[in-house]
Amino acid sequence: MSTATAAHGAAVEPAESPLTPESWGKLGMWIFLAGDAVGFGTLLAGYGAMRATSADWPNPYDVLGINLTALMTFLLICSSVTMVKALEWLSRGNKDKAKMFLAFTALGGAIFVSLQAYEWTHLIHRGLHINGNPWGASLFGTSFFLVTGFHGLHVTAGVIYLLATIGVVSRRPDPMASYNFVEITGLYWHFVDLVWIMVFTFMYLL
Amino acid sequence: MSAHAATAHTAHTAHEHHETGFVRTYIFSTDHKMIARQFLFLGLFMMILGGLLALIVRWQLAWPETAIPGMGRILRETGGILEPSTYNMAFTMHATIMIFFVIMPILAGAFGNFCIPLMIGARDMAFPFLNMLSFWTTFTAGLIMLSGFFVEGGHAAAGWTSYAPLSAVAQYTGVNWGQNLWCISLFVMGVGSMMGSINYITTIVNMRAPGMHLFRMPLVVWSLFITAILLLLALPVLTSAVAMLLFDRTLGTSWFAPSGGGEPLLWQHLFWYFGHPEVYILILPAMGIASEILPVFARKPIFGYHAMAFSMIAIAFLSWVVYGHHMFVSGMSPALGMAFTVTTMIIAVPSAIKTFNWLGTLWGGRIQFTVPMLNAIAFVSMFVIGGLSGIFMASTPVDIYIQDTYFIVAHIHYVVFGGSIFGAFAAIYYWFPKMFGRMTNGVLGHLHFWGTFIFFNATFFPMHIIGVGGQMRRIYNPMQYEFLQHQQHWNVFITYSALLLGVSQIPFVINFFWSLFAGPKAPLNPWNANTLEWTAPSPPPHLNWGDRIPTVYRGPYEYSDPDAREDFLPQNQPPVGAGARRH
Repeated sequence: MSTATAAHGAAVEPAESPLTPESWGKLGMWIFLAGDAVGFGTLLAGYGAMRATSADWPNPYDVLGINLTALMTFLLICSSVTMVKALEWLSRGNKDKAKMFLAFTALGGAIFVSLQAYEWTHLIHRGLHINGNPWGASLFGTSFFLVTGFHGLHVTAGVIYLLATIGVVSRRPDPMASYNFVEITGLYWHFVDLVWIMVFTFMYLL
Repeated sequence: MSAHAATAHTAHTAHEHHETGFVRTYIFSTDHKMIARQFLFLGLFMMILGGLLALIVRWQLAWPETAIPGMGRILRETGGILEPSTYNMAFTMHATIMIFFVIMPILAGAFGNFCIPLMIGARDMAFPFLNMLSFWTTFTAGLIMLSGFFVEGGHAAAGWTSYAPLSAVAQYTGVNWGQNLWCISLFVMGVGSMMGSINYITTIVNMRAPGMHLFRMPLVVWSLFITAILLLLALPVLTSAVAMLLFDRTLGTSWFAPSGGGEPLLWQHLFWYFGHPEVYILILPAMGIASEILPVFARKPIFGYHAMAFSMIAIAFLSWVVYGHHMFVSGMSPALGMAFTVTTMIIAVPSAIKTFNWLGTLWGGRIQFTVPMLNAIAFVSMFVIGGLSGIFMASTPVDIYIQDTYFIVAHIHYVVFGGSIFGAFAAIYYWFPKMFGRMTNGVLGHLHFWGTFIFFNATFFPMHIIGVGGQMRRIYNPMQYEFLQHQQHWNVFITYSALLLGVSQIPFVINFFWSLFAGPKAPLNPWNANTLEWTAPSPPPHLNWGDRIPTVYRGPYEYSDPDAREDFLPQNQPPVGAGARRH
């Protein structure tokens, strides 16, 4: 124990074997992601159960444009790479490069959401609605909009989160002071990316 | 690196210490103890409402379609008579409020917030702002839930389980926005609950005082830790499910409507996949509370500390693989039903370990029959009855006969009232001195306990009998069925008991408010207990301890150690000769 035990916890207080001593937020984010994964899992399980028992489930190839979505997927994977790059530059002490790569990541997310909005508009014009469609089971459209919409909300939130992260990096003079913050943002962003891989596989490809 | 983050954090909290405006102290407080009090008041207020709803249900069952005294002003069109639709609303909202807005806020919300930092030796939660947000999100969910009483068509009336298609199609119950608000409220509550569990888990994992190894944690902290994990992994299932139900109701989707290709059973799967862990969310904190209080007033170490912790982990794990026992009559394959019977019966093993350890703790102890102790003993004994009646339902052949009868109503109330609510009362009486800095009145406490205990049993035990006699759950008027008429006297008896059970809560309300303002000042450690919260002042100030947080040298239940001068050894008392006399 240090001698500098001044009044009211102004000094560093020791804790018993913490799991993430460098940042409590990191553990908090992991826990949040576990809960969020259960939320996504429930929607995907509901989708899977309904599709497996449906007699007239449309073939996703006939309705959804795989090429555009493949591009969106590629974009999101690239944005995960730029996220890793941002953290790497930060650990080397280059704030400007880190901010640039964070901005690339946010841009990737923003383009993804825009393309999704375009895809939705296009599909709605062709008759895919949340409560019915001309190709077969109405739950096809329901699950499509619900799952991709829930994911799109996550990406939108992620873009805002990334912009806030850029602000934090700018405000803190020491690059290492924002390292944990950026790493936690990265955890969220990679999770959103990972969920999209699942969504793409289960809703478009299978 | 690590030092930097910790300094930044403590400097931040130290800064907050100086802001003591009224709003920041009492309303938008980030202090875990104030948030705990807010959750407690929310839960107790809702308990009055939930209790009154139960009483109007009971009145209807004992004296069907007669005017309920005092209800003439609310049910103007019928002159105080409960109509079938209002009756459905009353039992639906009784259960919804009691489960989501009484037991969860009091046990997980209030005592989770109060006990975790104080008992592991932390100055506050890991994320105090998130903690405040969690309370106000839950509060908003409560307001949304209450607003449902005032919309056209009345509040949700499809049972607290809201089975589809009854809940999915407005025409079936005549309820439109009531059910929608029910969904929205539970969605919001799910978000608030997730914030809480993030805080609880992070705090327990990262912020234990030096020396507080995992297996030196008080069992109530263990129970809240496991509860938080269950909340984290179970609530999002409900959150997603109520969103799907809301879309069915408002956007014309058909998740649960067979006409559109959906499947009503999907709701049951999703609901019970959440619902069974939820049952343990309600009971585990009460188990922890009993494990905390029994050793203190038996002046003995808890019997089998490790077994107590591991049995709670086992119960939590098993809670994910038993949910099918709620759906035995839903057309499930008998082979699958058999599997769920087996997994359900296995839960009896960790539950029995806990029960025998509680009894082993009491065995040969110098028992002090204080009010918290009486409530804790009531918890153990009522939990045994509730647990044993559960085994009847777990067995498919028996369950088919007693499914959806008053037997299940008796069972759930023995577990949730006899278990969770007695646990909550035990916790309130036990921690009141630390929470509010004043002692409660013993005479009123005994009056409250004995009234509650006697009339609780008089209310719920006969329900086993009328349940086996065939009275269905949720029926409006038992007198409409010839085969139930001969046992109507039991319904009258139960209702008299329920009214007296309600009256028995009056001493509690008086005691609570009188003690809050005029109770004798509480000493530091009124019960001579070992755990760390009793080393902080009563009530603890912001940041809980003055100069330094306590260091932990021993387990939480070292009572009547023959080598010790007193009959208790606080967790922060250093071993003799090992760097003693620190200050």
